[in-house]
Amino acid sequence: MLSPGIISRPVYEGLEPDVRARHNLIIAEGEGASAILDLAKKTPQDFFAKTTLLYCPAGSAPKNYENQLQALQPKALWTFPTPATVMFRLKGVLQTATMGTRLYVTGTEPFIGLALKEALEAGIDHKSLITEHRGSAKRRVQCVHCKGFTEDVTTNPAKCSHCGLTLLVRDHYSRRLAAFQGVCIDAEVPGDAPAPEEIFP
Amino acid sequence: MGLIFKDETFRDDFTFSNSPAAIRRFPFPFHEDRYMYTVNIEPHIPGPKGSAFEFPIDIDEHYLSDMRDRAITLAQDPLRCQSLPHMLTAEWDLVELLMTSMSDHYPEHFTLTREGDDWHWINRPMGIDQTFVFGDVATLPYRPMEYITRQCQGDFCLLDQRDGDLWMDSGIVTSQADWSLDFDVGMSFKEWHAPVPMAHEVGVFDRALKFLLNMQQGKPVRRLNWTMTINPRLDTSPENYHKWGTDRTTVTPENVGDKVHLRVELQGLWRLPRSNAIVFSIRAYLIKMDELVTVPKWGRRLHRVLKTLPDVIADYKGTTRYRQTTIDWLAKFDDGAPTSKGCWPD
Ligand code: HEM
Repeated sequence: MLSPGIISRPVYEGLEPDVRARHNLIIAEGEGASAILDLAKKTPQDFFAKTTLLYCPAGSAPKNYENQLQALQPKALWTFPTPATVMFRLKGVLQTATMGTRLYVTGTEPFIGLALKEALEAGIDHKSLITEHRGSAKRRVQCVHCKGFTEDVTTNPAKCSHCGLTLLVRDHYSRRLAAFQGVCIDAEVPGDAPAPEEIFP
Repeated sequence: MGLIFKDETFRDDFTFSNSPAAIRRFPFPFHEDRYMYTVNIEPHIPGPKGSAFEFPIDIDEHYLSDMRDRAITLAQDPLRCQSLPHMLTAEWDLVELLMTSMSDHYPEHFTLTREGDDWHWINRPMGIDQTFVFGDVATLPYRPMEYITRQCQGDFCLLDQRDGDLWMDSGIVTSQADWSLDFDVGMSFKEWHAPVPMAHEVGVFDRALKFLLNMQQGKPVRRLNWTMTINPRLDTSPENYHKWGTDRTTVTPENVGDKVHLRVELQGLWRLPRSNAIVFSIRAYLIKMDELVTVPKWGRRLHRVLKTLPDVIADYKGTTRYRQTTIDWLAKFDDGAPTSKGCWPD
């Protein structure tokens, strides 16, 4: 579960089928596969026949979700080794996407954030995306000092993987950057940083 | 009579100070002995002669030193000035607003001559004489917003209005109270205000946004905001917080008067004519405690405001480490006498 009440963070409302769309693009990571399987319980017959699935198994690889996704008989199922390779393909697909295509994204927050960012850059309004959070509560964090991004942050504070400062992970999120803000936690008394605690498991 | 500009610094040796006249015109923000967030928006109409509200854009004795500090900050970090591509029209709107206001109200320092789109701008204090074609980016040495705001005191944000919201799609921010333009670019009104405590819950931002969406051209508004800063530092950015954060631990009972500053932001809002965007100006005024208590009413009142300020607001403003030391120091200037209504000195 994600902690509630962060005003600048997008609201991930949960996957609900948009039956009017002519084509569906579902982008999923890890446990997001289970959200698609849940969605399949609510979709009309022809839904998956007009659906392209982009899937990165990530930490859920041992669960072999691909077989279950294939059983939904999507128009296409593409699997990718990493989130970055999903985004690469997504960028290409969005360039040729037609009106009437509906975008669904599900997985961890950093993954949803990166997909939203691709959509934003392709000129798609973020409010038109259908999203659901599944899996780890880990965060993607931008260091406000060196501007470097640190991936897979589960603790607070966390070390910046670029400049090495100890960062307080603030509850302030930028969709444009797909990241939370990290601010030096011991700036006032250097060396006085509290020990990291696993806050975003 | 023209202004006399001081030569002073906002970093390193911190030589900034206010003349007695600048103290008298300081926009003291507290109209009563306590403080809470409210929708404190009022028409931006001319205030008393000589006050910071006399003109829509206030230029004062710190002008040249302010502009020099901005240039230093921009040279170190160009991301303090950003603009999404669709904001270019709003940038030109801002050029018009600032050049006309500055030249109308400070004719001895600034002159604007227009013949159609051929504009001639003279900024005497900065030694600038520029002809350019309004609307043609190639005729200015910087993009329009950066060009004019390198010559005008205050930070500026340009807000695009669409889908019933305001979007921070452009800005130049070099003297901010610890928020990052680079992080907030592209956010909506409530998103960029997310870190503010208490105000969301009581509906301050709902009401403020509703008001702003309906703002009309020619009817600017203003509000005051405040915080405290140790040393007269303009660049209290999160970007450099790991460099200036230690300032907050240097306050002692002996140096409060010199080190602790009240920082007041006079924020003006205008609807722009061509772009329908809103410009938000954040003009910061600094005053050290020694200077502030030369107005007895202000010394008394600030003491009471700081004492009764809700802890979450005091924390949010970053005052926690030196708040009590400052209250204790100010106590000497509070004899318990009643204070008169309003912000002005008695
Ligand atoms: C549309 C123009 C405006 C812009 C660009 C703007 C921008 C900001 C920013 C960037 C912050 C700092 C947030 C942070 O901590 O990261 C802030 C704080 C705040 N804003 Fe605004 N704001 C605007 C209008 C308003 C209005 C009309 C109100 C009226 C109620 C308001 C009330 C506040 C308050 C109460 C704070 C907290 C300030 C403090 O305690 O120091 N803002 N604003």
